[in-house]
Amino acid sequence: MTSDGFRSYRSVVLGVAWRTVHNALTTPNLVIPTLAFPFFFFLAFAGGLSQLSHLPGFHFPEGYTSFQFVFVMLQSAAFGGVFTGFGIARDFEYGFARRLMLAAPHRSALVVGYAVAAVIRWLVVAVLLTVAGFAVGMGVGGGGVELIGLYGLALIVNSAALLWSAGIAMRFRTIQAGPAMQMPVFLALFFAPVYVPLSLLSGWIHAVARGNPVTYFLEAGRSFVSGEAAYAGVAFGAAFALVAFFGLWALRGLHKAEAAGG
Amino acid sequence: MSDTWTQIGNLARRSIVRTLRQPAYVIPPLIFPTLLVTVNAAGLRPSTLLHGFPTHSFLAFAIAVPFIQGALFSTMNAGTDLARDIQTGFLNRLALTPMRGSALLVGHMAGVMVLGLIQSIFYLCFALAVGVRFSAGVGGAFVILALASLIAASFGMLGAFLALRTGSGEAIQATFPFLFVFLFISSMNTPRNLIAVHWFKIAATINPVSYLIEGVRSLIITGWDGQALALAFAVALAIGSISVVLSTWALGQRMART
Repeated sequence: MTSDGFRSYRSVVLGVAWRTVHNALTTPNLVIPTLAFPFFFFLAFAGGLSQLSHLPGFHFPEGYTSFQFVFVMLQSAAFGGVFTGFGIARDFEYGFARRLMLAAPHRSALVVGYAVAAVIRWLVVAVLLTVAGFAVGMGVGGGGVELIGLYGLALIVNSAALLWSAGIAMRFRTIQAGPAMQMPVFLALFFAPVYVPLSLLSGWIHAVARGNPVTYFLEAGRSFVSGEAAYAGVAFGAAFALVAFFGLWALRGLHKAEAAGG
Repeated sequence: MSDTWTQIGNLARRSIVRTLRQPAYVIPPLIFPTLLVTVNAAGLRPSTLLHGFPTHSFLAFAIAVPFIQGALFSTMNAGTDLARDIQTGFLNRLALTPMRGSALLVGHMAGVMVLGLIQSIFYLCFALAVGVRFSAGVGGAFVILALASLIAASFGMLGAFLALRTGSGEAIQATFPFLFVFLFISSMNTPRNLIAVHWFKIAATINPVSYLIEGVRSLIITGWDGQALALAFAVALAIGSISVVLSTWALGQRMART
């Protein structure tokens, strides 16, 4: 790519990202669910289920609030990607994406622009959630440096969820595909050890959770919070693999949208 | 009086047909709550090991939640339908007729009540299929149907009030997260006596949704608990009565006759 080509690519990425972030943060109907849902889950789980930390075999010295903080952080990252996917579907449904595709010399820049927007959108939630976590007494073990690992992991999960949703959005090109974006992500998140550690799950949910990559995101995230990094290699490896796989999925979706005329 | 009943009948038929013709109204309230309770029951099964937990089956404990969650969908459905009538001018055209306001409100609730009953029967069948047995027996199952229908109608009327006040389907949809707060900050996942966090325990105690859940739950895991049932019916009736008063007032404001 020439320097002109790079500038043009960057211009499209920034333009799409700015528009998407602006819409997401200034439209009450979009910003309220984005901010409200993670907080509701955090309050409900950390507040209502804290007795679970007294179960035999439950060892998490930083407390149940910290235990749930990791889940809510990863969930907010995943749903930040999915909610941005809703915006892509809306752009296609109302014909705006067709005009974007006519204007963009490299159309993959559109996908990258949406991905940048999803990251910025999630960062806003992550900052507020972190402030809320510390405000309600969340404990962090070690020096706190490992927390960067949690945010890094969540950022990759955010991108994977965005690319998954973008692939769906560009194939169906209607907001009615929203449940198809949302439901698999929701199931993947909840078929993991959300409330108690993996070792305390039993039956079919234990078998499903063992094969679910989200389980390793949670285990690694919780180990970052307790200051004793574990499963980090598996978790980051799985997260990057998901980004690569869903990246191809999104690009094929883009080609299908191009073939359909946007 | 017979005119009023005719008006109610016509509007009720329209409401029922319109509700049942929309898969987006019928399918999610059936699938989503049952999916959520299945996933939650699997993940929260270790809760039953806590000292003082009232049952050995978390699914039996949690199966009350879909009945209330389904009722929350009633709020959205009733509100969205009425908001659409406002946005498309249907309500203004009705205002030109001699139709009574009470007929509009009662007729409009018919679709929600029929869907609420279908949902409740579906949840009961789901519960039986996954091995939950009702401590209160067959009679208890019928009381659950009656209570769940009352709750759906009460929340539906609340949705009607919101629609009449805002006149916007989008605004109704935006209230969904706020309605979910009432579900999550309740005794849906833990009995109130086992909630350790003080502020959460207080919030769950003053949250009316806790009593609705506990009323349905009592028939499943306890048997006939007069206090839990009386509280559940009283809370449902109170929500319904307040919503009727507010909706009647909002309808009067909305339908300014000339």
